[in-house]
Amino acid sequence: MTRSNIALLVLIAAVAALPLFGGAYALRLGTIACLYAVLALSWNVVGGLAGYPSFATAAFFGYGAYAAGVLLGHGWPLWAAVASAMLSAFVAAAALGAVLLRLRGHYFAIASLSLAEVLRELVNNATDLTGGGMGLNIPLASGAGIMAEATFFFFAMWGVLLATALMAIIVGGSKLGFALACIRQNETASSMVGLNTTLYKAAAFGLSACFVSAAGGIYAAWVHYIDPSDVFDILYSVKPIVMALMGGLGSPLGVACGAFLYLGLEEVVWRNYIQIHTGVLGLLIVLLLLFLPHGLSSLRPDRLWRRAKHV
Amino acid sequence: MSELLRLERVSRHFSGLQALRDVTLSVARGEVLGLIGPNGAGKTTLVNTICGVTPANSGTVTFDGTDITRIKTYQAARLGLSRTFQIVQPFSEFTALDNVAAAALFSQPGASLKGAREAARAHLAFVGLEAQASQPAATLTLAMRKRLELAKALAMEPKLLFLDEVNAGLNSAEVERATKLIHELAAGGITIVMIEHLMKVVLNVCTRIVVLHNGALIADGAPREVISNPAVVEAYLGQKYAQRSAGHG
Repeated sequence: MTRSNIALLVLIAAVAALPLFGGAYALRLGTIACLYAVLALSWNVVGGLAGYPSFATAAFFGYGAYAAGVLLGHGWPLWAAVASAMLSAFVAAAALGAVLLRLRGHYFAIASLSLAEVLRELVNNATDLTGGGMGLNIPLASGAGIMAEATFFFFAMWGVLLATALMAIIVGGSKLGFALACIRQNETASSMVGLNTTLYKAAAFGLSACFVSAAGGIYAAWVHYIDPSDVFDILYSVKPIVMALMGGLGSPLGVACGAFLYLGLEEVVWRNYIQIHTGVLGLLIVLLLLFLPHGLSSLRPDRLWRRAKHV
Repeated sequence: MSELLRLERVSRHFSGLQALRDVTLSVARGEVLGLIGPNGAGKTTLVNTICGVTPANSGTVTFDGTDITRIKTYQAARLGLSRTFQIVQPFSEFTALDNVAAAALFSQPGASLKGAREAARAHLAFVGLEAQASQPAATLTLAMRKRLELAKALAMEPKLLFLDEVNAGLNSAEVERATKLIHELAAGGITIVMIEHLMKVVLNVCTRIVVLHNGALIADGAPREVISNPAVVEAYLGQKYAQRSAGHG
């Protein structure tokens, strides 16, 4: 295992210590941090490794939230609801991916973007199952008290993050990761050396959707009420891309750091510029990407040291 | 000699432009076939049609007894059809070693990444790039990248190897080196179809030559015989070349 992958696991282990230090607010932030990192790491499999700019994250987040939410409403236990959301998301995304991933570049971006809109309309119209625009109430998990529940959902989301990180590490070092790197660099040459590009792209898309859906499922159970405009929010597609860019495309450690940094910025900016927070946040992101185009992972202590010596 | 590849009345057009017209061609096992013709004659299209990049609109392609007319590119690669590109197509961020490893890994079902890297080392050594193994492909010179393409093609353990202008853009010393490699491959028993503009190389290496002109085959035969064919002289070689080679011959 490479040094950066070990660092990623250490970072995630450190996040798990959060309940020792903070109250309900810290737990809430921690849960969102884990959620963001899951989304960004999953996006990275398709966007960072294969180089396909996917805007489908919101679609699978919403799908997972609704699939798990509906099942929980029917009295399923949380783990079973999330597991079936994951499994069905994998199958559906792999099948969809085999079709969508034939498009390249901007065309793929737009097609993946419309996926969330299509799902949103479906959910809006399937009123009997999903409650339509009225939203869906999800039964409380238990009456164990606020702190106990916050801790429980923090660790549930943290567990999904750990699983996603392990997936990202395994994919990175496997034949699948190698294939995706080939596809990113030269898709024509890839198929010429015997690489079944459709199969590998679909597998990557499915894997990515699978972990996003798990996060969606946990989110739904955590907030107890979801509606289409909340879980199919386009920002769930855009934010992971910004996080991955800020952290450094392709590297799981960089992407996870990017997610945490993004949440930090969002939190600080929101608190201090309540009226114009999106504007300030946008400006900060633009500045960051202007001066650090390859993200945080391009900041290495040895390089900084070299630069300092030359000044 | 038994037949390895057979094209039966293969045609291909691109919205009105007839790139290949009724090409019938047979390639025997162990032969080194030269495919020549003016630019735009359809030479690369012919290779693309056989390898499944632009499948034939009509006609059939048979490889080693199997009909491959409608085959997908990656399936063709796994069957043992491999090629180099006229314009080199490396995985530019990968090292030279990983470029070749990719070819070894995906062309053989069940290959492992570790095994593929080991196999890649041997192929890099064969083309004389072992010193550049850990260098990113983007930093290699054109001549090196051409040899890298060859190593990639060889790592696929081809039965039939297409060489698409492997000598274009190389200086004479580099051409000599490439020609020597092709000789070694042919001696090793790989069937080769080479697209080439350098007549010196063609005459030196090929056992048979076919000539394409406007998408149709206009000549097929032994090298000396083909280059003295008046139709070939008119379409491709030009009168001066014919006179000169007649004088030498």
